[in-house]
Amino acid sequence: MITSTSVAQEAPQSKVSTAEGAATAPLAALHAPRGNWWPPFLVATLAIFALPLVGAFPTWVTLTLAGLAMGMMLFIMASGLSLVFGLMDVMNLGHAAFVAVGAYVASSVAGALGGLLYSGTSSGALLGMVIVAIAAMLSTAVLGLVFERLFIRPVYGDHLKQILITIGAMIIVEQLVLSFWGTQQMTLVLPEVVRGTFTLGDIAVERFRVVAVVLGLVLYLGLLLLFGRTRIGLLIRAGVENREMVQALGYRIQRVFVGVFVAGAALAGLGGAMWGFYREQFTAAVGADLLVQMLIIVVIGGLGSVRGCFVGALLLALVQTYVNYLLPDLALVSNVAVMVAVLLWRPRGLYAAGT
Amino acid sequence: MLKNLASHFFSDDLPRSKWLSLLLFAVLLYVVTAPFVFSGARSLNVAVTICVFLVLVGSFDLLLGYSGMVSFAHAMFYGIGAYGVAIALHLMGPGWGAILVGVAAAAATSALLSILMALVSLRVKAIFYTMTTLAVASAFGALVLRLNELTGGDDGRSFKVPEVLTPGFRPFEEPFWGLTFTGKTLTYYLILVLALALFFLMLRIVNSRFGRVLEALRENEFRAEALGYRTLAYRMAINTIAALIATAAGVLMSLWLRYVGPQTTVGFNVMLNILLMSVIGGLGTVYGAILGVVLFVVAENYLQLLLLKVSAAASGFPVISHLLEPDRWLLWFGLLFVLVVYFFPTGLVGRLREIATNGKISSPS
Repeated sequence: MITSTSVAQEAPQSKVSTAEGAATAPLAALHAPRGNWWPPFLVATLAIFALPLVGAFPTWVTLTLAGLAMGMMLFIMASGLSLVFGLMDVMNLGHAAFVAVGAYVASSVAGALGGLLYSGTSSGALLGMVIVAIAAMLSTAVLGLVFERLFIRPVYGDHLKQILITIGAMIIVEQLVLSFWGTQQMTLVLPEVVRGTFTLGDIAVERFRVVAVVLGLVLYLGLLLLFGRTRIGLLIRAGVENREMVQALGYRIQRVFVGVFVAGAALAGLGGAMWGFYREQFTAAVGADLLVQMLIIVVIGGLGSVRGCFVGALLLALVQTYVNYLLPDLALVSNVAVMVAVLLWRPRGLYAAGT
Repeated sequence: MLKNLASHFFSDDLPRSKWLSLLLFAVLLYVVTAPFVFSGARSLNVAVTICVFLVLVGSFDLLLGYSGMVSFAHAMFYGIGAYGVAIALHLMGPGWGAILVGVAAAAATSALLSILMALVSLRVKAIFYTMTTLAVASAFGALVLRLNELTGGDDGRSFKVPEVLTPGFRPFEEPFWGLTFTGKTLTYYLILVLALALFFLMLRIVNSRFGRVLEALRENEFRAEALGYRTLAYRMAINTIAALIATAAGVLMSLWLRYVGPQTTVGFNVMLNILLMSVIGGLGTVYGAILGVVLFVVAENYLQLLLLKVSAAASGFPVISHLLEPDRWLLWFGLLFVLVVYFFPTGLVGRLREIATNGKISSPS
């Protein structure tokens, strides 16, 4: 390896590097992607094993698509939660409030854009849906900015207080939502163009589920590119790994954090709007109902990992969908069963932080 | 002599604040005399709520205040107690044996569930414990709704209690001091005595050597472990103890109401109420549970009345009048909760004790 001419210069360096290597070897082993193809493999295996249990192929496709669509929406909602935890060690139980606000704003905006969404052309309806989604994201982003200042910043570094404060904040936001929109059930009807099903052979495919899966995949790939290929993504990953070190290098991690928090809130708002369209009817409890699933996803994915959040969301949603079809009585405990199984297998979640 | 005896009874953990003692005495006076002073069923219900919830919130304080563990499954254990007795009495008919079976089954279920949850989650990270309890509690809530034949689903389950505990039971012909003594009165005093006994038991627990170790764990787990304490064993023990006491509270409430429903037991809102009460009252004091419960009950009943008046006055202003609607009282209570966590992390009791000590220091004696 080392040529004779450069021995004098190289030797000390190589010595240092081996010493460093010995010190970091166990650490590197911990962070190495050892067995990291397992989780996606697990999801695929699960889907394949469900096929003989379900029996009919068309039913299986419909179920799988439903599970994937639900998983994508849950991923969109939970990704911000996971990143905020990974980056700043903040457990935001109030994240569910963003989902509810997103759905409510979407409902109001859709009501205001009624002509464009429901009686115009299909391209007009798509444009209307984009406007609805952007409105939901903007409103939750603003809410996220205020939320971070009021409820998150004063309690950095204190898990107990974070849990208490953010639960209190969730109550406050939920009550505010109720006082602005009233207690009645909200509706969010899908426009004709993404409504109903189309058939592929003898398989019925629901249009909106395809939209949800595509949107979820695009967002996931976008996030992977952001974290893998950009400077800001590098900074965020470094922050997840070691916040103090990034700070010591002169970066204002605080600002990065606020940005991530606001983006996470906006994503939760988008997820809320999509969930509202998916369900078409919801109440102010929509966020709190989804909170448990989001938290389970974050825990089984590994705190602060986008990949883990994605795989965790798909795993949870697919298991829930299959179990709901095969053994409806067990559907209630399927979430908990998935969480317990994953935690027993990998106590720190599927993926390491920052991947 | 008397003071020594009292001190022993309170496990050497007296209120340590004149105002706190006064408030506690007022609450005690209220719950002891309630059947004599108030005739309506509603005010007796309020008194029972205070008795039962001070046990429930106190046991939550064992976890949150003394051990620093945030559990969202406490309402679930409360519900297990309530449903255990309800289902046993429903299936076996009214009788003391049924109550005994119900209590035993509920206690066994609670102990088993709490140990399993602790085994899965406490080994890893404190935050995982919180999430596990939340997930299990939500699954349990859904399960209660699903097991229609046993639990009555959304409607809940009404059942009969032994005759001695019913309003129809009249042991004395004559009313004394304006009170007709019925089985309901007997039930009330039974609940009161058991609630007080559980309260003193909790004081005993937190002031024992065991309780001190828990506080050490809360303050510095690493150090406690280095000193040779098995942190997991201590955490699991307090987790199970708190769950069992919550189950007992559920049993008491169920016997009083002769009804159990999902909204008032295993619902997430019950859990939130417990959290609000314990934090506002004061964490890590046990006494805080009493003040928190009383304040919450007062707020629940009177804050709505107050808001009704204020919102009538503010009816001219569109947004504000919506915020002041009586149904939005939880908004203001939530706000109070957040402010308490920010500015008085030790809650009402902590604040009162601070005032008491500051007074002592500044006085010239």
